[in-house]
Amino acid sequence: MSEPILSVQDLRVTFPTEDGLVRAVNGVSFDLYAGKTLAIVGESGSGKSVTAQAIMGLISRRAAQITGKAVFQGQDVVTMPDRQLYRLRGAKISMIFQDPMSSLHPYYRIGAQLVEAVRAHQQVSKAQAREQAIEMLRMVGIPAAERRVDDYPHQLSGGMRQRVMIAMALINSPSLLIADEPTTALDVTVQASILDLIAQIQQTHDTAIIMITHDLGVVADVADDVIVMYGGSVVESAPVAEIFAAPQMPYTLGLLASIPRLDRDPDLRLDPIPGNPPSLISPPPGCAFNPRCGYSRLVPDDRCQQELPELLAVTADHRVRCHIPATDREQLAREALASLATAPVGGEG
Amino acid sequence: MSTSSVSTSDPILQVTDLRTYFPVRSSGVVRKVIGQVKAVDGINLHLAPGETLGLVGESGCGKSTAGRTILRLLEPTSGSIVVNGTDITTFSRRQMVPIRRTAQMIFQDPYNALNPRHTVGTIIGSPMKVQRLQPPGGVRAAVQELMARVGLNPEHVNRYPNEFSGGQRQRIGIARALALRPKLIVCDEPVSALDVSIQAQILNLLQDLQDEYQIAYLFIAHDLAVVRQVAHRVAVMYLGHVMEQASRDDLYLRPRHPYTHALMSAIPVPDPTAQGTRERIVLAGDLPSPINPPSGCVFRTRCFQAADRCATEVPPLVELAPGHLVACHFPLTSLPAGVTVRADSGFVEQQPMVFQSPSEVVTDVPIGVPQEPMETGTLDGTVHPEHGDGSRS
Repeated sequence: MSEPILSVQDLRVTFPTEDGLVRAVNGVSFDLYAGKTLAIVGESGSGKSVTAQAIMGLISRRAAQITGKAVFQGQDVVTMPDRQLYRLRGAKISMIFQDPMSSLHPYYRIGAQLVEAVRAHQQVSKAQAREQAIEMLRMVGIPAAERRVDDYPHQLSGGMRQRVMIAMALINSPSLLIADEPTTALDVTVQASILDLIAQIQQTHDTAIIMITHDLGVVADVADDVIVMYGGSVVESAPVAEIFAAPQMPYTLGLLASIPRLDRDPDLRLDPIPGNPPSLISPPPGCAFNPRCGYSRLVPDDRCQQELPELLAVTADHRVRCHIPATDREQLAREALASLATAPVGGEG
Repeated sequence: MSTSSVSTSDPILQVTDLRTYFPVRSSGVVRKVIGQVKAVDGINLHLAPGETLGLVGESGCGKSTAGRTILRLLEPTSGSIVVNGTDITTFSRRQMVPIRRTAQMIFQDPYNALNPRHTVGTIIGSPMKVQRLQPPGGVRAAVQELMARVGLNPEHVNRYPNEFSGGQRQRIGIARALALRPKLIVCDEPVSALDVSIQAQILNLLQDLQDEYQIAYLFIAHDLAVVRQVAHRVAVMYLGHVMEQASRDDLYLRPRHPYTHALMSAIPVPDPTAQGTRERIVLAGDLPSPINPPSGCVFRTRCFQAADRCATEVPPLVELAPGHLVACHFPLTSLPAGVTVRADSGFVEQQPMVFQSPSEVVTDVPIGVPQEPMETGTLDGTVHPEHGDGSRS
């Protein structure tokens, strides 16, 4: 395989606060290739957004300690001087944020905001930039783009605003797109069209995408590879089919068992993960998930409570952070998925 | 929760032709009323004791306004609301006080719904104070009992909301709603602000409480999968109107309204192997303005099978099968292509698609241009016979 477009190695982000050190990201590593989509899944406080912001160079080095590497096209973003970051962000790497209303400037017409994005990175006239802006708006499916380009953000619906955000992120044809919960604030029908749009653009431009989400349905829809984060650490990573067919970490299993879904028996009671997500200031000792894990009894000598498990490979591209012996984990996964009794998949199509 | 457990006694809630309009005023000194936002435009709902009615729809469809109007937190424009046999449509605030013992609400955002300067004990005990109730053993003991019931540590009675996580705060909101032992609770998106691992905890809790106290829920949510988990019956709203209403299994296994189809096909299923086989019905355009809704059927501007008739004639909500109401001139007859919905009886219903290629047909529908109807059944007087679902036992 060719060189990865982004290689993240042991990325750590800690924020010193009055209450103590917040360990938001504890050693995240992955490689991402052109044209591929990596989904980072986790709940609030899992460190998924901070990971993305660190890769985007959006975390102030005064406010946080960032260690590790995030090598994008041969350059390490973590240690890159600000001046160089300016040239990278919005041009080679861009980001779509969750909330399209607060991410667009309410006082400027969307055209002006798009033109600014173009002229920050390309030597073109205002008129040429405006042409590009209209072209881009048309591409993301905004009707009457030549008129809507002069609208203010408040004149657009949520879905349209998110399309503008996507247009802005893609206008300089980045090779890496980071989408942080891009559809969470949107209705399902709008979500469907936005995901389709992102997939289309990825195909034509061979863009690499990091999709940050808590929605396993979205993951199944768009991802090639999946990273599951919990309490700032990667607890499982695998190709998308494997995460759903043969998950090994009890947290991943718990997520799959606890979500209501159309392809499961609605009279079957949901099986929630007990308890609450861990504190990032004083995480539980040992495995961060152990207080909520029903299976630590399978591990002798209280190892789950005492020793942080390492992220180990079970197959070439499937890694799991768990003390439970591999054979037991596979057994657990089989039982859990069988009890879910989801519909057999595929069908006539 | 099974559908058979629902009694057919007098409804705990009966809503008839309910309308809630908000005036639109001009800017300037004389703020003249220049229009009306028809947030809820003539809906009929009923709810039996111990039953859950799911009210689903996308943002702006009027589901939250409906829920708030039903509890008289908003003023109804017309129609009637009967709670437990009492018509409360025109009740004053004072008259509403005793009604609040019967009907309570759980809010979406557990951060803003709790007063940050009050302890949990004060928050959960306040309904009893307002109602001047003296529970045996005192308010504090009653509060602690409620806390234990909803899964909170009763020792935390003197803590403040900021000391709790989102899921725990929602439990506080539930305990407060439960304090007066209501017979009806309006739940407005009770889990959408919570993390996925916490949602299931709250949904299970709500179901347990219903089984224990025979509470009826009006469960308002945008998430069709969540609603399917808890509801006995489901009403789908769009732009202030109920488009389809049916028992849970009828709605999810045999949806008839094109809008319900679009919603179902848009939900991503957490199963990568199933994704390839799914056809998405992409709705063109945006939600029309509720100030100036489209003529005829309000959904026609985005519908993939709208015809001339849809622009001129409002489709009435017609009972196509027992308990299955649909407001459409051209109701559909099968599940969206490739959408797999698992029934409670243990078999999988996956029907072939009816229209030839929905994605081709619908993706480029310009806004406001009615399309030719597709080859599906029409409702011209004749009700469609049951379609291809004979396998259902």
